[in-house]
Amino acid sequence: MVENRTRTAKIANAVIYALLALVALSCLYPLWYTLCLSISKKSAVDAGWVSAYPIGFSLANYKKIVSDSVFLNSVWISVRRVLVGTPLTLAVIVLVAYPISKSARAFRGRNFVIWLLVFCMLFGAGLVPWYISMVKLKMINNFWGLILSTGLPIYYVILVMNFFRSIPKELEEAAIMDGAGQWRLLIDIVLPCSLPVLATITLFVGVNYWNEYYNGMLLSTTDTFYPLMTYIKSLVIPINTSVSMTPEQLKEMAKLSNDGLNAAKVFVALVPMLVIYPWLQKYFISGIMIGSVKE
Amino acid sequence: MSKKSALKPPVSRQVRIGRVREQANYWIMCLPAILWLVFFHLYPMLGNWIAFVDYTPKKGIFGSTFVGLQHFKYLFSLKDVRNVISNTVIIAVAKIILNLFVPLIFALMLNEVRNVRFKKFVQTIVYLPHFISWVILASILSKIFGYTGVYNHIMGLFGKDPQVLMSNSTFFRWFIILGEVWKECGFNAIIYLAALTSISPNLYEAAAIDGANRWQSMRSITLPALRPTVVLLATLAMGNVLNAGFDQVFNLYNPMVYGVADIIDTWVYRIGLVNMNYSLGTCVGLFKSVISMLLLTSSYALAYKFADYRIF
Repeated sequence: MVENRTRTAKIANAVIYALLALVALSCLYPLWYTLCLSISKKSAVDAGWVSAYPIGFSLANYKKIVSDSVFLNSVWISVRRVLVGTPLTLAVIVLVAYPISKSARAFRGRNFVIWLLVFCMLFGAGLVPWYISMVKLKMINNFWGLILSTGLPIYYVILVMNFFRSIPKELEEAAIMDGAGQWRLLIDIVLPCSLPVLATITLFVGVNYWNEYYNGMLLSTTDTFYPLMTYIKSLVIPINTSVSMTPEQLKEMAKLSNDGLNAAKVFVALVPMLVIYPWLQKYFISGIMIGSVKE
Repeated sequence: MSKKSALKPPVSRQVRIGRVREQANYWIMCLPAILWLVFFHLYPMLGNWIAFVDYTPKKGIFGSTFVGLQHFKYLFSLKDVRNVISNTVIIAVAKIILNLFVPLIFALMLNEVRNVRFKKFVQTIVYLPHFISWVILASILSKIFGYTGVYNHIMGLFGKDPQVLMSNSTFFRWFIILGEVWKECGFNAIIYLAALTSISPNLYEAAAIDGANRWQSMRSITLPALRPTVVLLATLAMGNVLNAGFDQVFNLYNPMVYGVADIIDTWVYRIGLVNMNYSLGTCVGLFKSVISMLLLTSSYALAYKFADYRIF
């Protein structure tokens, strides 16, 4: 009886380990597969032989994309978008989160600002009116459009506000006694206490700007204004495959799309993500937990 | 000093100026955010008026002829629209349900792992897909499940003919639903994992002394401890009944599977911006925004009432 029990426990354990390992592998595999496609020989990729490891090592794809001016331009636009957009968004978030972390007595406009934020968070404008407004605001083919059009990430404002409220009031009170104004308080007291949450938000906002493709697509009329993700979206040839296509035709189509080259571009788009992932990992769990603070 | 003046100190001119300056500083801090909201959230909202007029760009939104609910009547008489709404709800509800329970099972399994390094390894990797955009994942997945992809390669080893899965309606709907569950599984499990760490180890020790095995202690200790979290997440997920995941569908679908995969957001994109039928696109968008707002508000209200959950 006891032996039986330990045996089922052992089997259950083995099943759990195997399933978890499988899930983990399924998350890694797409990245590995992309890398394999990008460094394999073109003939092997087109024939569909590459699946578990690279076949016939070649860097031809990477050599090609280094001289692809549209691709490089889109990388440059995305890099600028992240480098300009992230600090800007972060500054706006912090600036508005501080006053609304005060009580309604300390800042009389608090409730107004909060309801404005909540209303904008709950009610979306809708795609068509949004697009028409962007045209009127001259955001088409405009670098600033790529940054501003995504709107203020209100959820993060609330996250930061909740964190500011959890900072002990005594810290600020001591500084007020010394004659510090609100700007001093924010810069010298509140911000240094909030570094973990600011790191979380910085990473999230940065990743969002890097990954955003839809606004880039809607607001650009030529591919010279595409950010990287929009560019990659444009690479995918819309499949209009009907069942009536012959296998030969389908294979021809696969050759046309040049998967190896596309994989190299996709991999380049993934690299920044993978580089910052360890930091992302470190901070986002705490970030999520802060979001669910109840007081 | 009399008692009265101690209670109500006279406000000097300096103090009053200080207070005004304080309020002004707060408003200045809010200003960038307010401007951003006004121009990029509120101003576009005005454009929803297009839903009630015969919009021509020449006459402008408020110069066009008012037609009342005519567009809405026409809209709901379209078979397309009813199909799109039902697709949206089916995909979204399936995702909501699976996104609640698959991460729960995943967290419970991870909780049973005693090997710390293996646990860390799994946790590190399963969060990764959450941060990869659907543009990237879609291009990889449609290659894997494409005609010359890995899936057909493996099936070929078993002697099966290659298939065009991406245009197979039955496959595609499950592919959309399970694809999202796979992508977000690790990330959604974080909240469960956090709730698991807050269960006192004493409970498990006591149960072990009473002779409970791991299955029994999971059923009578772990699951009841997680129930409030599940209920809260389920309530908050209610607001997403009309969000079937635009980015995913938009990057994966093709005309062959419109019948099962076309959702409100993709339909609005094609009708409103590609075919430039502004009024219809706006109508559907407005319909979705209003219903979503009602759902979100009531889900937050319920979460507040029953779980004392507040976003601020």
